[in-house]
Amino acid sequence: MDNRYIYEGASGPWELVIGLEVHAQIISNSKLFSGAATEFGAEPNTQVSLVDAAMPGMLPVINEVCIEQAIKTGLGINAEINLHSVFDRKNYFYADLPQGYQISQYLQPIVGQGHLDVELEDGSVRRIGITRLHLEQDAGKSIHDQHPQKSYIDLNRSGVALMEIVSEPDIRSAEEASAYVHKLRSIVRCLETCDGNMDQGSMRVDVNVSVRKAGAPFGTRAEIKNVNSIKFLAQAIHYEADRQISILEEGGEVQQETRLFDAARGTTRPMRSKEHAHDYRYFPDPDLPPLVIDKAWVEAIRKSMPELPDAKKARLMKDYELTAYDASVLVRETETAAYFEEALKSLKPSNTKSAKLLANWLIGEVFGALNREDKTLSESPVSATHLAGLVNQIQDGVISGKIAKEVFSLMWETGKDASSLIEEHGLKQVSDDGPILVVIDKILAAHSDKVVEYQSGKDKLFGFFVGQVMKEMAGKANPDLVNKLLKEKLK
Amino acid sequence: MTTLAPKPVLKNDLIRLTLADAKEGLAKKSFSSVELTQAYLDAMAEHRHLNAYILETPELALTRAEESDKKLAQGSGGALEGLPIAIKDLFCSAGTQTTAGSHILKGFTPTYESTVSHNLKTAGAVSLGKTNLDEFAMGSANITSYYGNVINPWKRADGKDLTPGGSSGGSAAAVAAGLAIAATGTDTGGSIRQPAAFSGIVGIKPTYGRCSRWGIVAFASSLDQAGPMTRDVRDAALLLKVMAGHDPKDSTSAPREVPDFEKALTQGVKGLRVGIPKEYRLPGMPDDIVKLWEKGAKWLQEAGAEIIDISLPHTKYSLPVYYVLAPAEASSNLARYDGVRYGLRVPGGTLDELYENTRSDGFGDEVQRRILIGTYVLSAGYYDAYYLKAQRVRTLITQDFQKAFEKVDVILTPTTPSAAFALDEKPTDPVVMYLNDVLTVSANLAGLPGLSVPAGLSSEGLPLGLQLLGPAFDESVLFRVGKVIEDAAAFKSFLER
Repeated sequence: MDNRYIYEGASGPWELVIGLEVHAQIISNSKLFSGAATEFGAEPNTQVSLVDAAMPGMLPVINEVCIEQAIKTGLGINAEINLHSVFDRKNYFYADLPQGYQISQYLQPIVGQGHLDVELEDGSVRRIGITRLHLEQDAGKSIHDQHPQKSYIDLNRSGVALMEIVSEPDIRSAEEASAYVHKLRSIVRCLETCDGNMDQGSMRVDVNVSVRKAGAPFGTRAEIKNVNSIKFLAQAIHYEADRQISILEEGGEVQQETRLFDAARGTTRPMRSKEHAHDYRYFPDPDLPPLVIDKAWVEAIRKSMPELPDAKKARLMKDYELTAYDASVLVRETETAAYFEEALKSLKPSNTKSAKLLANWLIGEVFGALNREDKTLSESPVSATHLAGLVNQIQDGVISGKIAKEVFSLMWETGKDASSLIEEHGLKQVSDDGPILVVIDKILAAHSDKVVEYQSGKDKLFGFFVGQVMKEMAGKANPDLVNKLLKEKLK
Repeated sequence: MTTLAPKPVLKNDLIRLTLADAKEGLAKKSFSSVELTQAYLDAMAEHRHLNAYILETPELALTRAEESDKKLAQGSGGALEGLPIAIKDLFCSAGTQTTAGSHILKGFTPTYESTVSHNLKTAGAVSLGKTNLDEFAMGSANITSYYGNVINPWKRADGKDLTPGGSSGGSAAAVAAGLAIAATGTDTGGSIRQPAAFSGIVGIKPTYGRCSRWGIVAFASSLDQAGPMTRDVRDAALLLKVMAGHDPKDSTSAPREVPDFEKALTQGVKGLRVGIPKEYRLPGMPDDIVKLWEKGAKWLQEAGAEIIDISLPHTKYSLPVYYVLAPAEASSNLARYDGVRYGLRVPGGTLDELYENTRSDGFGDEVQRRILIGTYVLSAGYYDAYYLKAQRVRTLITQDFQKAFEKVDVILTPTTPSAAFALDEKPTDPVVMYLNDVLTVSANLAGLPGLSVPAGLSSEGLPLGLQLLGPAFDESVLFRVGKVIEDAAAFKSFLER
């Protein structure tokens, strides 16, 4: 990861300035202004009401569930809820926009200023301001690759409710941008207001990037669209930063423009100017009266909210003395937090030491294995209870940390629990003096020269003796006991 | 007005009955719905030259009439059971072509029924067909229809063909000429009241939100309202009762009980305060109109009302405000007619060409003019000066009325600044044509109810209307006062002459 604030160019350091617009599809059974269903992947044009197809005389009626979801999300991003907001029409012609306008919120959005605190890998926390969250309709989909001359239109998505969440230009690196999207996604998933699935398009990110010399005013920005994963987000930012810095260092000027991210090449390219040369002619939608929200309703929603990632993180840090970074990794995905808390229940004893050990195993081994096999936590062959069982075996001294890694591999392969695998493969740690002493005597006898060297002051050799004993006992000897007995023997 | 003739009723008497009288006749079995409907279908066939209908639906009408007769025989049926009415072709009718008077909706047959026409049909009304109108209800003379202009059944001494007014010109001509017992209209700037006045019938634009807009092809969403066009005030009260009501499918529909408007008809005007706004006395207003207005005030005074001079100071801005806001909304509302999903499609090499070709061929000049005006006033750099300014003035106009209604219960004005003009005299300057709405648009801007009652004849022997404006959701006061004017005026309709 690059330095947080500085991007090296040939002429010296540059600062990146990034703002994000996240479109999050609201989880609801029906669309923002019609009763049509919203299921992903349905046959084309099967989830389209008369309103979505903009038949003559059709009128929008706001879906209350979508308002509630927007309020919930607004509260989740520490934002003020505007009790009075207005729907506007954004006018433009396109074949997949049946009304010829998108109903959105322009001057008076439902949610005002808020912020997110994002944790970075070095343990620091950055506060990213949020300008607003507003409700709007999605457009349909144009399909251009089915016929040489014709385009096809699928209106299933037409009218689906979106929340557009706009950040302040507070983001200074690709890492911060990724962390911000991760954080936002964990919040909407926790609140069940958006499923956060970027690959299915239910969460989409537009990135505004500019560069400047430290302390200089904001540079000209480019807006990058079509970024559909967090990995691509970082790629797009890196590419765009390099591109803009090269232009500026060669004495050129950055154009304010909309660019598309090309995932195959990892580059960005300008959209055709026609695609964004719009005067949207915003005006309040006369079909919809202003949206007036009762304060009591907002408070009722606030009370019904689940524990949010930040609160959960604070609790984990306080109760289990986890580091800020570990805690933030654990709460990033609702799934991870649930897994961790499930495992905590099976820890014996459950204390700060065992919890920390559990966190290390989850973040290190489990995540490592998932990454290697490109799996998600729900697909993990090692269940939460089984991972806790493994930690318990280490805590009880049944196996050493080293053997535990071997046991973990077996658990991953077989899906069996730790204790039965330890039994099956005879991996139990030897914690009796007798057998260890026999081996110690054998090793010391075989290396009598080294014993002399050690006793004449070459302390480093102690590790050598431990290693030899452990090797002889195939790693199963209790390391604490080996240390203790060796020390006594070598006195 | 007309009374029920003794049995047997002659066919050409049937088409002279009011809705209320025909309802009574059906209840008394003096005639059947099929007989009544057939009488209208015959009259429609005889008067096709008026071009009042875009589509006649005789088979459908007779089938419905037979069903109504069965219900009536069983003593059941709704409030309008078996009564043949016409529907302005701006209301979507399930399974029946709906054009909005435009070429761009060529071949469009909705699968759904507008709430208002659904309410009428549920109450048993028989639809005779879809009446002609200005294209997308944009016009004041019914000359912008793709399906040709409508001719007013009234004639001047010179015998020239006259406009029935617009945009609900087909409905007005049909009711006046006996081609429907009553009809629906819509009113965005005067489109019910002005043609009602020109054709010698009654028309009411209810309070904004009283009737659902769902399923009515939109012109300007914040101004459009549906209302009845009828032979007399009582019929308007009967019909509006059925058309109105809260509709959850229209977010601007008012969640209010609909009063029994008929009750208001017998309440008289004793003690009512009637406002006469000085700003409505336009420079150059014809004498016959000024005189009729004064006569109207005198009738009400004689019936016990108090006449009070009032001021609505922002009246002069109503027309310009209207012609900024209505086109702005229309430019956006009409964006959906793009040749992609339904109606006319004129192909092109690119998507933009498809739009250009379809919309150039599909929309007439007046509609294109208003789309251009609307697009202009919403454009970046012009929005504040036009759209936003107009919205602010609209608020001032609304406040004028709020203040006035602290002093008076109802406002009396003429409906139009002139009587019906000949089709070959139509103004070539669109702004002159827009002046037709000068007395009616304020009610739309303020969302208030307005009723036009035929009250007398012009110097050329053509009908003139008086307009009553009331506070929001007080249509009852309009019916109350309207009935008194109607009785005093003893106006003879076209059919009664």
